[in-house]
Amino acid sequence: MAGLLAATPDQAEFLVELLDHGLLIETGEPGVYGRGGGFERIREAFDRLVSRVAEPDGAEAMRFPPVLPRRHFEASGYLKSFPHLAGTIFSFEGTEQEAIEQEDVAHRHGDWSGYQRMTDLVLVPAACYPVYPAIARRGPLPPGGLAIDAGGAYVFRHEPSADPARLQMFHQREMVRLGEPETVALWRNSWRDRAEEVLTRVGLDAHPEVAADPFFGRAGRMLAANQRAQELKFELLIPIAGPEPTAVASFNYHQDHFAGTYGITMADGSPAHTACLGFGLERITLGLLRSHGLDHTRWPAAVTRQLWP
Amino acid sequence: MDPESGMGERVRHIILQHGRLPTDIQALEDHADLYQAGMTSHASVNLMLALEAEFDIEFPDAMLKRSVFQSVASITDALERLQVSAA
Repeated sequence: MAGLLAATPDQAEFLVELLDHGLLIETGEPGVYGRGGGFERIREAFDRLVSRVAEPDGAEAMRFPPVLPRRHFEASGYLKSFPHLAGTIFSFEGTEQEAIEQEDVAHRHGDWSGYQRMTDLVLVPAACYPVYPAIARRGPLPPGGLAIDAGGAYVFRHEPSADPARLQMFHQREMVRLGEPETVALWRNSWRDRAEEVLTRVGLDAHPEVAADPFFGRAGRMLAANQRAQELKFELLIPIAGPEPTAVASFNYHQDHFAGTYGITMADGSPAHTACLGFGLERITLGLLRSHGLDHTRWPAAVTRQLWP
Repeated sequence: MDPESGMGERVRHIILQHGRLPTDIQALEDHADLYQAGMTSHASVNLMLALEAEFDIEFPDAMLKRSVFQSVASITDALERLQVSAA
């Protein structure tokens, strides 16, 4: 297997506890788990809490399946920044004879990639990616721009890890703001504060940090330094397991990157700016389980009142 | 190339090719901010890689930051610290 990230002893122990209590369900692949009923009740409750907090924004709801047209993905620049994290969908388009050969090789767990061709789809790397081309298709933004609630979509990152807080497929609860630069920057900063307050309300000890995306390679180190120097990304971190706190929410100001890529403009033709925020719903669920115990029916009333009002 | 002005001119030429500036690099002072002049983060990465190829060097991790690639002067400074000969 390519590059399995190791877990610290307490991360490994936490994973065993989660599996023993049926909160996560083993599939045999690191970072890919089923979710038990108890886990989902917490995850969905936090998702609804975010909806309640976001209600005054009056954001337009949009939901997309966890795949992205390959053409949109190729335009996004993701392969320049994160070639190591992307997941591409391949499928079979061969003859009957090739289908027999493919099955034979696959059955023996051999390499059957030679029978596969790239499809027009990739796995969604972040829940906001389908939003930008959809908005661009409508034409110029209305005055004041738009707020979009992209929901809690499954996203994929190719980074197999034994740490239960580093999943290959997880739910990102995303919100997107498109508009004039000042409007977008203000929205991003106000959500950073609101999100910290939400996490505090459910008993999580969150603190904000200037952050950078996990860009690839030496060029990536420079992109990360640029991102930090311009404070384009903030994260909220909480203790889960392991020596370092874990990022559970991020607040990202893209400037005109996505607007330029997909052609999103204001009514006067000037390029729009965009920002997004994402809550890592599984990580927040894990943080809650770690802080308050594995049985949510025994959590402090002050926390459960927030999650199940 | 004239060793007095060689380094700066070579740096300007690489910025012209890789900086994707909307303005004329020759109109910018040595200390002018290239990011202010419209250089994007991705363009600065291409510039960094092109400088490495041109001068046959590798910037150490500590130099892979925004301020190093901010102006003709800061780039020339960095190259001098890496003891690149202008000849």
